[in-house]
Amino acid sequence: MESTKKRVMQSFFKHRLGVFGLIVLIIMYLLVIFADFIAPYNFATTHTNFVYGKPSKISYRDRDGKWIGPHIYEMKKSRDPITYQVIFTQDTSKIVPIKFFVRGEEYKFLGLFKSDLHLFGVEQTPDRAMLLLFGADRFGRDVFSRVLVGGRVSMTVGLLGTFLSVFIGAIVGALSGFYGGKIDILIQRFIELLRSFPRIPLWLALAVIVPPSWPSTWVYFGIVTVLSLIGWMGVARVIRGLVLSLKEKEFVLAARVIGVSDMKLVTKHLIPNTLSYLIVVSTLSIPGMILGESSISFLGLGIKEPMTSWGLLLKQAQSLSELEAHPWLMIPGIFIMVAVLSFNFVGDALRDAVDPYRTVEKL
Amino acid sequence: MQVTGYVKALEKVDFSISERETIGIVGESGCGKSTLGKTLVKIHEPTAGSIIYFDPNGKSYDITNGLTKEVRSTFRKDVQMIFQNPYDSLDPRMTIRDTILEPIQTHKLFKNLKDQDRYVRELLSKVGLDPDYGKRYPHEFSGGQRQRIAIARSISVNPRLLICDEPTSALDVSVQSQIINLLKQIQREHNMAFIFISHNLDVVYHMSDRILVMYLGNIVESAPSRAIFDNPTHPYTQALMSAIPNWNPRERKLGTVKLEGEPPSPINPPTGCPFHPRCEFRMDICARAKPEPTEISSGHFCACHLRDLTIDSSRSAG
Repeated sequence: MESTKKRVMQSFFKHRLGVFGLIVLIIMYLLVIFADFIAPYNFATTHTNFVYGKPSKISYRDRDGKWIGPHIYEMKKSRDPITYQVIFTQDTSKIVPIKFFVRGEEYKFLGLFKSDLHLFGVEQTPDRAMLLLFGADRFGRDVFSRVLVGGRVSMTVGLLGTFLSVFIGAIVGALSGFYGGKIDILIQRFIELLRSFPRIPLWLALAVIVPPSWPSTWVYFGIVTVLSLIGWMGVARVIRGLVLSLKEKEFVLAARVIGVSDMKLVTKHLIPNTLSYLIVVSTLSIPGMILGESSISFLGLGIKEPMTSWGLLLKQAQSLSELEAHPWLMIPGIFIMVAVLSFNFVGDALRDAVDPYRTVEKL
Repeated sequence: MQVTGYVKALEKVDFSISERETIGIVGESGCGKSTLGKTLVKIHEPTAGSIIYFDPNGKSYDITNGLTKEVRSTFRKDVQMIFQNPYDSLDPRMTIRDTILEPIQTHKLFKNLKDQDRYVRELLSKVGLDPDYGKRYPHEFSGGQRQRIAIARSISVNPRLLICDEPTSALDVSVQSQIINLLKQIQREHNMAFIFISHNLDVVYHMSDRILVMYLGNIVESAPSRAIFDNPTHPYTQALMSAIPNWNPRERKLGTVKLEGEPPSPINPPTGCPFHPRCEFRMDICARAKPEPTEISSGHFCACHLRDLTIDSSRSAG
């Protein structure tokens, strides 16, 4: 066992893309966990002066070319006389330096205690100057802060949803493979039936069940349940096949001769022996969950304001004219891509690592 | 799925085993030896016939159609099995200690954890392993050591009947004899009855009081071990005996009886005597009627028309 773990670890760390993905994921999770602190603004606060504010341009030198550190300028808002579009112009006479550990808008750190300390930001009040790394949305909320906070939903929905769906899938699959016969046929046909539904309408149908009056945390768990209710079927199929082959193994027969109950046989012998597959299947199905949540929220049936997620952030970029005028609203999409790719890399590396035949080949 | 036919793995098998007795079952691959073993421990359900089990108090139960709640626990404690492949019969994800503890905990033999621990260590040293091996995992052991662990697991609940399904066939020749001797020693100490399944006649002879010879799901001959070796009666048994290589290399030539062809498919077994297509003494009657086992000397049964006829002719002569 120990040597198997060692072998898996070693061959995982030889997989460069996998290690890269793992590092990216660790960074993303750190960003997301400490989102309130890292974000320069409260994700829900609106700033009327910076509606659709452009990403701020960070300068390092003053007008004379002297290095004075990273800073932005105060913005002057005016309207285009023909189109009435809001135009922001930099007031280069008013320098706003970017500093570490500034006091800004208040937030509740991880929902535990209140604080107004931010990792970085500007000391100027947000009606005159804002540090907008990714611009602002139509309520003048900082997109960067929203991306970080929205990542909380998107990055955990995958973990929770996968955990749930792997849990359901492992149990249903193990039962199906273990008992065989009529139970197996029933479960398999049921899975085929569920799988033959088109995915998005099924999501919509299930998402409608989540009542709109629910508070946003409940909605979040509702979405997780909806996603995992659809995601368990692939897992169940794999586990069924594995259990079918495992249950004829002599160690399972030996346990039956001993008189071990069916329940214990499944939980102590069959499922532990499929564990390495379960781990791989899990990492490979997390991206699907993240995309699923994004799709549901993009369609407006998932997470609701003021809570946010990457899918919901993308929803603002739904129309073409919006996209053309405010292309920075697409930035959350990049985060989705990076997260999904990283999970796929890690999953691929894990799959190669636990596959004993590949290891033999490499040796 | 379409069912094109059924495999009749076991057809005519009739025997009983009493306490402390060892029955050897021999036959070539595919004759139903292992199926017989698995049917006896109730892993396979028989479609016909009956299995009667006597509990330690002498009460009899018909367990053909599954174990009722009443006998389940006693039967599972009383009848244990050692499997063919020690690389397959230990759960790779459980430590040796947990593997041996499984039957003990299932049957709740101990209340005290300390006693339980001591017992596992005792078992390990009894089967010739270091008691400290309990913390290790199966992959750290050789085939012979694994088979010892499997033996420790099966004798942990002190069964009255131990079914050994080719326990040595996956092992090295040098290790085979060690395992056989270990089994004999355990039988002496614990007064167990053994059913010893093997295709190795020497091993079976060494272990058993009585030997059953199986062919295509049928017992064709059964007799005390000595009798079957001194006086093999069924043509199939004779063929098997003549295939045993001599231990003396100078006389290393096989006997004269040769078998032709392969055993027929159990999906479509031959009519009459199952052995008749390959038998050199085949007669007309063999294809028509199945021979019943007849007693040719005390405790020696043989199912062959040839023997019927000789007995009949001797009677008519006498």
